[in-house]
Amino acid sequence: MTSFRVSIAAAIAAVILLVVILELIRRRRLQERYALLWLLTGIVILVLSAWRGALSRLADLVGIAYPPSALFVLASFFVLIVLLHYSTVISKLSEQNTILAQRLALLEHRVRTRDREDARDPRR
Amino acid sequence: MRAAPKHEPALARCRRIAIVPAYNEEQTISRVIEEIRAFDAGFEIVVVDDGSGDRTAIIAERTGVHVLRLPFNVGIGAAVQAGYQFARDHGFELTVQVDGDGQHDPREIAALVGPILEGRADMVVGTRFAAGGGYHGTRLRRLGIHLFAALVSVMVRQRVTDTTSGFRAVNRKGIRLFASEYPYDYPEVEASVVLSRHKLRMVEVPVQMRIRETGRSSITALRSVYYMVKVLLALFIGLFRKYSTELEEP
Repeated sequence: MTSFRVSIAAAIAAVILLVVILELIRRRRLQERYALLWLLTGIVILVLSAWRGALSRLADLVGIAYPPSALFVLASFFVLIVLLHYSTVISKLSEQNTILAQRLALLEHRVRTRDREDARDPRR
Repeated sequence: MRAAPKHEPALARCRRIAIVPAYNEEQTISRVIEEIRAFDAGFEIVVVDDGSGDRTAIIAERTGVHVLRLPFNVGIGAAVQAGYQFARDHGFELTVQVDGDGQHDPREIAALVGPILEGRADMVVGTRFAAGGGYHGTRLRRLGIHLFAALVSVMVRQRVTDTTSGFRAVNRKGIRLFASEYPYDYPEVEASVVLSRHKLRMVEVPVQMRIRETGRSSITALRSVYYMVKVLLALFIGLFRKYSTELEEP
């Protein structure tokens, strides 16, 4: 069975994580769509640290002798997912960034060409 | 070498433009522009300045060519793509890509446009390695290039001898394709995969390339490894990717 102190520590950590996330959302420093995965991470850790029976059964199921390790493994797994998610977000942002740069260059050329034509023929 | 006589009338009928990607090439850019004009004054020229920190864009603009200024460095692939977008938006029918560093000899454009004007190809790549081309590099580097080219050839199911050549001519269909679908870093080989996936035809022709006069090749040992791994991954994924570019005129 999981030692009581591990459960308490994990629960406190999870609560702090959840509070920080909610506060960041409230101050609009974190968009909801990017917070969902973090919230899910915090909730799962909180639930499993409070509900010790479930954690033990889970550890047993995948062959982990010491249940708090299962908590650790699970948390790492969630962090991995969050990171992967961010990699996709960065890829998308960088692609959009490139498209913006290209459009800007094309538009700038168009504006400069028009300015030059206007300078040559002010009546236009 | 002038355009082969049989091609001259066909070439003259074409709305044609040279795309010149340039990143810090103030030393060479005006020579490249002059040489393209000397080869065929009917070519319009668009210099794509990829966020240079020097006077590349200013010098190019003084010669009266079109200049696209990217606000920051986006890499050769995206820079070249901006050139294709320009060609598409302004209704050009034939593009030739000529590096701003002077390593491509504009007189060789004659050889590049031949297969397109004959309707045999949608893209023509100038290669240093096919019979007739000239390349001077260390033996090890040559071996590496050939092995890699053999591997790439298997993946694109077509013989590719020069995987890094950016000296190429493209017809209207190719312009439309590359304007919307062009790989970003180390784009040369991947472009041939994109092309073959859209059932467009590629032909290689031998060309002479010059030794670079200024600047240094972007390929160092560590980058070569990154380059090969990245290209192989991209080629492999490219075989399974879904594309959605409409090639016919709207």
